[in-house]
Amino acid sequence: MTLDRSTYIQFFDGGVEPQHGLLGGKCASLVSLTAAGMPVPPGFAVTTALYDGFVDQSGLAATITMLLASLDVDDVACVDVVSLRIRDEICSRPVPSHLRAITIAAYEELQSRFDHEVPVAVRSSATAEDLPDASFAGQQDTYLWLIGLDAVLEKIRQCWASLYTSRAITYRAKNGIPDEGLSMAVAVQKMVNARAAGVAITMNPATGDRSKITIDASYGVGEMVVSGQVTPDNIVLDKVMLSVVSETIGDKHAELVPDLESKSLVEREVDPERRQRRCLSDAELLLVAAMAKRAEKHFLCPQDIEWAVDADLPDGDNLLLLQSRPETVHSSKQAVPGSAPSSSSTSNFNLSSIICALTGVQPKL
Amino acid sequence: MTLEVKTKSFPKPSELAVPAGAEGWEKLYPYNLVFQNLSGAEDEKFWFCDSQHWPTVFKPFETIGGEFAVKCLGQYNTRHLMIPPANGIEFKIHLGYLYMSPVPVPEAEIPNRVPEFERRAGHYFQNWDSMLEGWRTKVHGTIDEMESLTFEPLPDMVPFEDIVSGKAKDGSEVLMENFDRLIQLCYQNWQYHFEFLNLGYIAYLDFFGFCKEMFPGVPDQAIAKMVQGVDMELFRPDDELKKLAVLAIELGLQSSFENTDDVAGTLERVRAAKDGARWAEAYAAAQDPWFNFTVGNGFYGHDKYWNEHQEIPLGYIKDYIRRLEDGHDIMRPVAALIAERDRIIAEYRDHVDVEHQAIFDAKHGLAATAYPYVENHNFYIEHWTMGVFWRKVRQLGAVFVDAGFWSAPEDMLYLNRGEVRDAIFDLVTGWAVGSEATGPHYWPTEIERRRGIFDALAAQRPQPALNTPPARITEPFTMMLYGITTEQVQQWLSGDDAKSDGSITGMAASPGVVEGRARVVTHADQIGEVQEGEILVASITAPSWGPIFGKIKATVTDIGGMMSHAAIVCREYGLPAVTGTGRASTTIQTGQLIRVDGTSGRVEILEG
Repeated sequence: MTLDRSTYIQFFDGGVEPQHGLLGGKCASLVSLTAAGMPVPPGFAVTTALYDGFVDQSGLAATITMLLASLDVDDVACVDVVSLRIRDEICSRPVPSHLRAITIAAYEELQSRFDHEVPVAVRSSATAEDLPDASFAGQQDTYLWLIGLDAVLEKIRQCWASLYTSRAITYRAKNGIPDEGLSMAVAVQKMVNARAAGVAITMNPATGDRSKITIDASYGVGEMVVSGQVTPDNIVLDKVMLSVVSETIGDKHAELVPDLESKSLVEREVDPERRQRRCLSDAELLLVAAMAKRAEKHFLCPQDIEWAVDADLPDGDNLLLLQSRPETVHSSKQAVPGSAPSSSSTSNFNLSSIICALTGVQPKL
Repeated sequence: MTLEVKTKSFPKPSELAVPAGAEGWEKLYPYNLVFQNLSGAEDEKFWFCDSQHWPTVFKPFETIGGEFAVKCLGQYNTRHLMIPPANGIEFKIHLGYLYMSPVPVPEAEIPNRVPEFERRAGHYFQNWDSMLEGWRTKVHGTIDEMESLTFEPLPDMVPFEDIVSGKAKDGSEVLMENFDRLIQLCYQNWQYHFEFLNLGYIAYLDFFGFCKEMFPGVPDQAIAKMVQGVDMELFRPDDELKKLAVLAIELGLQSSFENTDDVAGTLERVRAAKDGARWAEAYAAAQDPWFNFTVGNGFYGHDKYWNEHQEIPLGYIKDYIRRLEDGHDIMRPVAALIAERDRIIAEYRDHVDVEHQAIFDAKHGLAATAYPYVENHNFYIEHWTMGVFWRKVRQLGAVFVDAGFWSAPEDMLYLNRGEVRDAIFDLVTGWAVGSEATGPHYWPTEIERRRGIFDALAAQRPQPALNTPPARITEPFTMMLYGITTEQVQQWLSGDDAKSDGSITGMAASPGVVEGRARVVTHADQIGEVQEGEILVASITAPSWGPIFGKIKATVTDIGGMMSHAAIVCREYGLPAVTGTGRASTTIQTGQLIRVDGTSGRVEILEG
C-alpha cells in the first residue's frame, strides 16, 4: 500500500482541505486560518495517520492494549506505573524508517524557507473526543524554542506520549471512551520571536457580552499569559467600533524571551518603566482586535485566539496568529449571526418598555 | 488649621458681581425673566447655563427665541404628551445668559400620567409618517404667511381709493397687526418645533438605554451612528452648493468666481458668460428654500443668512470649484456611510441574544424612524422660519429708522418686544397727529445706554451653573441634550478640569485620531480663515459651516454633546471630533500643533 505524503504530513499552507480526524483540532484550525489568509506562522502537521502507522507497524499498539487490559483505574499507583510504561515505550521504540524520513523531510522543507535555521514550537493537536475538554488545562503539550532535528523528533514523541498521562487514561476509562482509534497529531511551527503576546477572546467573558473583545497582553512569549504566571494588561474593546472600552495595566513582572547563548527561552524580569505602560501600542491593539474579529467571522462562533507581535518582522506584518479555538464557556448564550432583522417600522414598538426606561418602574402586565 | 467640610455649590445669582458698566442690566429684560427670588425658591434651585443654544448675551428683543423655545419644549412634556417623569424646564436670564432648571414630576403623580402618555405618544408613534407630513404642511403655511407680512412706511396721506371705499382706516393698524402676527407666527412654528422633537429624543433615549444594558460600555457614538440619518435635509444646502460648483466647471464658468465678495459682479459675470444663464437658473432654484440658512443658530438678530449674504455661499462655491479642480472628491460618501451604518447595526444585532433580537429591532426601528426629525427640523425652524422672522424684524426696524427713531434697523433689537409695540403706537400717533413722535427724542440715547450695558455683559462669560446641584442628576433630557451629568457638574465644581497631563477632555463624538495645526474660530465671520488641513477649534459650530468640513482634519468644540452639529457632521465626513470640552477655544491658540483623539475624547497640545 502506498500512501501519498499528505496522509502523514500536511503543511499549513498546503491548500488541502483540513480533516479534523487527520489533523486534530489545533492543526485543522491552523490550516483553515492559513487558507483564510490569516497571518499564521508557517509549519506543518504530523498527522494522526503517521502516529497510527508508528504504533501499528512498531507493534506498540498491541503492547498498549495489553498493558491497559488488566488496569484497575481506581488504583492510582497502578495507573501511574502503566502510564509511565506506555509513555516510555512511545518515546523509545523506533519509528519505522519511512515515517521517520517523511518527518525529517518536512522539517527540512520548513527550514529551507529561511536563510538560517529557525527555532520551532512543537504542540500536540488532539482529536477532541479522546481527551478532556479543550479548556481542560494541562492536556495540551507545548514545547517552545526548539532548535535542531533531534529535539523536534523527541518532542513529537512526547506529544504522542501525552495521550497516556495518568489523567488521560483515567478520564477515558471513567467516561467510557474506548482506546481503539485513539490518536494524536502534532504541530511543528516556526517559533515567533515575540516582543509581546497574549490571548484575545471575542466577547467579554466576565459578562457574556458578545459585542466586546477582551485582550490579555504581556511582554515576551505568550505562555506566561496562558498559564497565568504574569498579570497581563487587560483591555476590553467594542467589537463593532474597535474602540477601547476599558483597560487595566497589569504588572507584567516577567517575560519569557529567547537567550541566544543557551539557545532556549529564559524568564527575565521586566523593568519598572515597561511594567507601568501598556505592552501594545494603540495601533497594535486595534490589529489584535481586528484579527480576533476576523477569526470569529471565519469560524462563525466566538473565538479564543493566541497571538504574538514578532520583533523581527516589520510593522504591519508583525502580528501573527498562533491559534484560534471556539470560546467554550459562554457557548450556550449565542445569537444566530446574520438572521435578517424585521422591518424597521414603528408598528411593533413597545411603549411599556419605554415607560419603564423613563420611570424606572416596571409596567403592569 | 481646621478642616472645613462644606457642600460644594455654585454661586447664588445674587452673589455674582455685576460687571462694571452693566449696572441696571435687569431692566433690559421682562420682569418674569430675571431672578427676583420673590417666591424664595429661585435661590435654592439648581440652574445650569444653556450656552449650547445661547452662547452669547441676549439683546432685549432676542429673548423671544429663548422664551418661545423653552416654553414650547415644556408644554409638550407637561400638557400634550404627559411624559411620566418630566415636566418642562424653567428658565431665567441672569447677567444676559439663559439658565435652566428642569422640573420633575412629583413621584406620586408619575403613575397617573402613564396611561395618558401611552395613549398620546402611542398615537404619534403609530402615525408618525402621516403626522409628520401634516407637520410639514403646517410649518410651510406659517412661513408663507410670515413672508407675506409687510412693514412699510406710512404714506403722507391716505390714498383717495380708501376715501371712496369708505375704508376709514389709515394703515397704521396694518403695521400693528403685522407686528403682532409676526410674533404669533414665530410662536406658532416654535410650538410645531416641539411637536415631534421630544418624541424623537424619547425613542432615541429608549434605544440608547437598551444598548447600554445589552452592551455595557458601548460607545455613545456607535448608538448615534445606528439611528442617525445619512441623507439629512440639514446637509441639503451644502449639497446644493456642491452641485452648483460641479455645474460651474461643466459650463466652464470657473473664472467668473474670482472675487465672490463682490456678489453682484460675480453673478453679472456668470450671466454674461456663455451658458451662464443655465447656471444662474440653477442658482436661483437652489436659493428657495435652501439659502434660508444661517451661519449662526437662528437665535440672534445678527445671525447672517445665505440669501441675504450671498458672498458666503458664493465663497463656498468658489472653494468647491478650486477643490474639484485640484482633483478632490467633494461629495459626501453617502453610499459608504449607509453601508457603514448598516454594518454597525447588523453587527450589534448579531451580538444580541436570540430572545432579545426582536426587542432590538423594535427599539432600533422606532429610534431610526423618530430620530431623524431631531436633525431635520432644524432647517425648517431655526434656519428657515427664523431667517424670515429676523428679516421681517429688520424691515420693521427700517420703518423706525425712516421715522428717525434710531439709526440702524438692528437697533430695534435693544427694545424688548413689548416696547416695540409701544414704539409702533408712538410712531403712528406722531404720524396721525401730525406732530413729532416721542421716540426720536427718547430712543437714541436709551439705545446707546443699553448698548453700553450689553457690551459690559458680553465681556463676561456665564457661570456654568448656579446654586447647589442635586446629589445625582437623573433627568434623561437634561443629560442627553445638554450633557449635564453628575460627573460633568462635579468637574465644573472642582474648578480645574485640566488633566494633570495638560490634555483637554470632552465627548468622544466622532472616532479617529489626527494631528494638525489648530484654527480657533470664535465668530462665524472668521470661518473664511480656515485653511485646508487645519483642525477647527470653536466654541460651537453651525450647520451652514458645512463647506469647511470638507477641508479640515478634525473638530474640537467647547459646547455640545453626541448629537451636536459638530458631532453629526464629523461622523458624516469621517472626521474625528471632541465636543463639549468647555475650554478648548480659550485654551488652544491658532497655529498650535494639536492631537485630537475622537475615539477617547482627548485633545493634546503638542507644541506651541
